[in-house]
Amino acid sequence: MDFSLSMEHDILRKSVRDFAEKEIKPVARDLDEREEFSYDTMNAMAGLGLFGMFVSEEYEGQGMDYMSYIIATEEIARVDGSHAATIAAANSLGIGPLYYYGNEAQKRKYLPKACRGETLWAFGLTEPNAGSDAGNTQTTAVLDGDEWVINGSKIFITNGTTDITAGVIVLSRSGTREDGRPELTSVIVERGTPGFEARTMHGKLMWRASDTSELYFDDCRVPKENLLGPIGHGFHQMLGTLDGGRLSLAAMGLGGAQGAFDMALKYSQERIQFGKPISTFQVNAFKLADMATEIECARLLLYKACWMRDNEQPIGKLAAMAKLYCSEVMGRCVDHAVQLHGGYGLMKEYDVERFYRDHKLLEIGEGTSEVQRIVISRLIEAV
Amino acid sequence: MNFLVCLKQVPDTETQIKVAPDGMSIVTDNIKWVMNPYDEYAVEEALRLKEKFGGDVTIIGVGPKRLTESIRTALAMGADKGILVDDPSVTGSDSLGTARVLAAVIKDLDYDIILCGKQGVDDDYGLVGSGLAELLDIPQISIVLKLEVSEDGSSVKAHREVEGGTLVIEASLPALITAQKGLNEPRYASLPGIMKAKKKPFDVKTLADLDLDASEVGESGAKIKIMQITPPKEREAGKIVEGETPQEKAANLARLLHEEAKLI
Repeated sequence: MDFSLSMEHDILRKSVRDFAEKEIKPVARDLDEREEFSYDTMNAMAGLGLFGMFVSEEYEGQGMDYMSYIIATEEIARVDGSHAATIAAANSLGIGPLYYYGNEAQKRKYLPKACRGETLWAFGLTEPNAGSDAGNTQTTAVLDGDEWVINGSKIFITNGTTDITAGVIVLSRSGTREDGRPELTSVIVERGTPGFEARTMHGKLMWRASDTSELYFDDCRVPKENLLGPIGHGFHQMLGTLDGGRLSLAAMGLGGAQGAFDMALKYSQERIQFGKPISTFQVNAFKLADMATEIECARLLLYKACWMRDNEQPIGKLAAMAKLYCSEVMGRCVDHAVQLHGGYGLMKEYDVERFYRDHKLLEIGEGTSEVQRIVISRLIEAV
Repeated sequence: MNFLVCLKQVPDTETQIKVAPDGMSIVTDNIKWVMNPYDEYAVEEALRLKEKFGGDVTIIGVGPKRLTESIRTALAMGADKGILVDDPSVTGSDSLGTARVLAAVIKDLDYDIILCGKQGVDDDYGLVGSGLAELLDIPQISIVLKLEVSEDGSSVKAHREVEGGTLVIEASLPALITAQKGLNEPRYASLPGIMKAKKKPFDVKTLADLDLDASEVGESGAKIKIMQITPPKEREAGKIVEGETPQEKAANLARLLHEEAKLI
């Protein structure tokens, strides 16, 4: 077994970490407080090349492997969840489906700008009445002559209402399959299409500096060729997209856990109580030891899943395991980290407070922990 | 114009340095190595000059294989070519020995400006740049905060900070410049840059390739010998100045500064 990463991976990690520490960390707390999506940091992240990482150079992507994408996401998440969310959603949910399922004309039209970070694409999956039961999509797409007519709404859609959002990929019900279940089809809806409205959602507990939206489609007409992939492939595309998306959410869990651990270790080595650094008290030292151990396990699991993906092996089970485990490890790490910070950990002037809030999404978004366990139970043939 | 940048690796500034049992070196087991920060300014300045005047930037390093990563990082930032001299005989070189190896590499290269960091933040000698300029017999301007190359590319004006002002020095090219913090703000190695760097030329050389005798470098060629390394003294606890009133406290503070700290 070879556990070493390539030199390019090491250089990438150092560069992204350096960038995250200098460009994102200093503004993250304030953006979170003001619930503001920053176009300055968005442009800086685009300049570094954090969009289209796994897309081939032909479409102006970076042509890197999935491992590189995951390491970059992890390093951004190590300083801020919101910025990592913008990157993970843009790459896995926006660029990903266009790249993997789009036809040549669509890829030429949309990918270069998205890979340059000039535009963002969103993935419209979740609905008010279709969360974990994503297959039960209510939004409809009906072919009328040369146009699709879309009706319905989507909720909790990342990157749906930024100034640079170019459009959204909408998972819609296009008919009924022979087995009576809904036939799902993905349709590309560009921003500005009549009948399509997107509204920013406010009042979030977490990821407050990322863009979250509600989408409304009211007799929204798009050209027939805006179909993404064949009719009826929507459900399959959604599963494939979510497999990749789960790895990026897992990277956010891993990076967030690492960030919380780094803060906790530093603080507890410096905080003196009873005349000694609190890290030296066994009750605290063991917490730190547990955190370090769990982070190491999380990293091995996630990197193995990435390695499998880069080696074109099926990752369904490992992607679900990595997403489940990394997000729950972050949960335990932020809990310990706030505890080690004591009263200061409850204050906004300490970043660990934001990590504590940001973590919760990871056990809910892109398939709740419960859904991950359903996926895993099925894949190990327990049910 | 062609630009050469010499760089080294140093322990990450967050590394806790521990003295090795021999008392003359440091424990290197858990050290994270990074590009010397002053060398980063040198790389950045070379890239900016290249953007303005055209030409190539070549990165040169002397040291073990791990230095490859820092040279590759400079290539990812935008440099064109890397040269690493990796030879067991150079281990233990002092600044002069390192300068000799660099000079042996550089004598066959075509260059207008050589950029170095003003010093390595590990042993802080600040001698390699000067030694190299001397061996190559070219002008050197050290600890530079601002660099202006003439339009025709024949000379350079360098700004140095001196007590109470700025000194502007002109030199004909080729010349060697050592970079001070503030010369520029180094760019990040971008992701496309990292991918491009994979395809850039990277040569690894040994002393045999350079026609350099092992006795001139390494411990045998060193003019200086480290006798002892000691960690800095642990900081003593602070003192709270006693006194009932501000006036009394100020008087006590003045007395302490005079009698104990002997500062006034």
